[in-house]
Amino acid sequence: MKRPGKKTTRRQFLGTTAAVSAAALTAPYIRTAHAAGKLTVGLWDHWVPGANDATRTLIEEWAAREKVEVSIDFITSQGRKILLTQAAEAQARSGHDILAFSTWYPAQYAEQLEPLNDVVEPLIAQNGAVNGTVEYLGKVDGKWLGVPATVGSQMKGPCSRIDLLKKHADIDIQAIYPAGAEPNDKDWNLDTFMRAAKACHAGGNPFGIGLGVTSDSVDSVGAFFHAFGAKLVDEKGDIAVKSDQVRAAMAYMKELGPLLAPDAPAWDDASNNKWLVSGRGAMIMNPPSAWAVAKRDAPQIAEQCWSHGFPSGPAGRFGPFLPYFWGVWNFSSNKSAAKSLLTHLSQESSAYKMVEASGGYDIPAFANLTKFDTWSKVEPPMGTLFHYPDPYHHQVLSIAAAPAPHKIAVQIYAQGVMPKMVVRHMQGEDIERTLSWAESELEGFMRT
Amino acid sequence: MSQTAQASSVAVPRRTMRQWLKRPSTIAFLMTLPLILLIGLLVLYPAGYAIHLATLNKGMTRFVGFGNFEFLFGRETFWMVVKQSCIFAITAVVFKAIIGFVVAHFVHNIPSKGQRKWRGMLLVPWVIPPAMSTLAWLWLFDPSYSAFNWVLAQFGADPVPWTGDAYWARFSVILVNIWIGSPFFMIMYLAALKSVPDQLYEAALIDGANWWQRIWYITLPMMRNIIAITALFSLIVTFANFDIVRILTAGGPLDLTHVFATWSFLVGIESGDIPLGASVSLFMMPFLAIAAVIILRDVVKRGSQA
Repeated sequence: MKRPGKKTTRRQFLGTTAAVSAAALTAPYIRTAHAAGKLTVGLWDHWVPGANDATRTLIEEWAAREKVEVSIDFITSQGRKILLTQAAEAQARSGHDILAFSTWYPAQYAEQLEPLNDVVEPLIAQNGAVNGTVEYLGKVDGKWLGVPATVGSQMKGPCSRIDLLKKHADIDIQAIYPAGAEPNDKDWNLDTFMRAAKACHAGGNPFGIGLGVTSDSVDSVGAFFHAFGAKLVDEKGDIAVKSDQVRAAMAYMKELGPLLAPDAPAWDDASNNKWLVSGRGAMIMNPPSAWAVAKRDAPQIAEQCWSHGFPSGPAGRFGPFLPYFWGVWNFSSNKSAAKSLLTHLSQESSAYKMVEASGGYDIPAFANLTKFDTWSKVEPPMGTLFHYPDPYHHQVLSIAAAPAPHKIAVQIYAQGVMPKMVVRHMQGEDIERTLSWAESELEGFMRT
Repeated sequence: MSQTAQASSVAVPRRTMRQWLKRPSTIAFLMTLPLILLIGLLVLYPAGYAIHLATLNKGMTRFVGFGNFEFLFGRETFWMVVKQSCIFAITAVVFKAIIGFVVAHFVHNIPSKGQRKWRGMLLVPWVIPPAMSTLAWLWLFDPSYSAFNWVLAQFGADPVPWTGDAYWARFSVILVNIWIGSPFFMIMYLAALKSVPDQLYEAALIDGANWWQRIWYITLPMMRNIIAITALFSLIVTFANFDIVRILTAGGPLDLTHVFATWSFLVGIESGDIPLGASVSLFMMPFLAIAAVIILRDVVKRGSQA
């Protein structure tokens, strides 16, 4: 029931609205400390002690300048915690605004990630092109699903013992990959590699390449497959496992397998590090974290370590590269601030600070950012990491299971299909039976 | 008159409510309500959600009913995981039960003065968080630097591929599960042993029963309910085991030590197929539920007969 006398006329309503609007417009604007809102950031918790600090400082500088209240969580990848966080946030449609995603996971959450072309494309124009693997993993249907991150992006190329390669195989790895200069790697191929593996095995210092199902093993075996042009599934999603290239790669790995550490099929990602630090192996395939541990625990071994490029095969020279990305959920409530922060973190000066803080472990994905002086100046020995980021672009940076469509490739990678094929064949299974087993597994990965 | 009638009509429900609140069953319900809510939140909701996920396609965009299970039934690896999970759970539970039974008898026969110390020490494997103790086992079994192999080498024996060979790897994960789980059986059996009246043994001795007859005709029947419940509980927990296999072998070599939980994690979280992972984890649920109903019905029946 309407009360007489309380009826608002159209004229009164317009008058009141105009007065309120005028008051709002003319009132002095007070910019508070966090006027641009809040932002939550979930980043990968770095292996290298102190490396998180550089990122935190960069974010805090940006937050102070932009008046944004930022909270940062460093999430470990131990126990796959970062994967569980991604899965939980995607299910709940709630969580961090920015989250770190490794390798396959931007594509896995493609429907829930904000396209970031407006951030990545200017960065490419500014910092140079990204390598093919970064584009394959980060860009789906023309949309950039994450900004290629410096933190966590790594190469898993060979890290050799200078002394043991010279002693057993008569190979001067520093002459092939001289510090501060372009590689003389014309003869650094799979035949030379096999000869070295045989010599080091005979000399009691086998190469430490894992044949387990964890990431290090998969990446190494995947790079050998790439060197032969061997694909399990092609870019169209067709199974291509019964090819001459796969047979050639398998034959090579069957010969190489027994020359590796005897327990290589049981190795995890820590095994190759321990193999190097113990002084038993002449080579491993790993980022410089193993060298960094040796520097701390066994300096006499660190002094003999040299990171360098992968041997070339019939299809080329392929270096295993594992990029990280920073993605923004499409349910984020502060996308503009998130994009601004990611642009800030991808500037050359920011990337340099991150590379410095990680002791050269992190590699920016952009072509112009792979010649920082960090990789020239870390020691011992001086120049040990110079060729780690492939500064002269002599390698095709690759990832195992590429170029299969992402949703198939992630299963090939996570389930370690390639190392399993190698171990089955190495343990005496007929090649055709191994290929049929792999074909059956791959058929199972095709479901939608 | 009408006022009296009105007053009584108001007083009756009040008294009923007070009476209802005073009933022991109501108090019991209210006191267990927080736990019921917690179970609902932390167990029933995730279980229901897992069932929901298991009915979706890989992209989680449409309902496929039992499609994921049909797919699994056609996969060779899935049946290998089923076989391995059964070998793992049944072998581990049988050995845990035997070891628990034997050790419980030993402890029961220790004079009560020193018994507490032994009980405490024997419970240590069960009390340490499994993720921690399994890490210690991992170092003992390490492919390159196994402490066991070092000891074997001192006697001139060849190293054992604890986690590198399929059979040794299965042995290793089962061994660690037995080591962690036996104390639980031991403590349950010990409690059951203490509740068996001594007069029964004295009467059996007078009748000339030997050691084996006392075990077979007195101890085992008196412990039957505890044995059944402990075995059931342990079977469920062992079928759902994740940490031991994940830490020791990650399912390898060649998937030959995967159990439901580790393969479900690999397929669901690491390989990006959450509905299939949920289906793998739910596969054993109906079988274990039926086993639980049968065993618990038997226990209740014996309880009511007693």
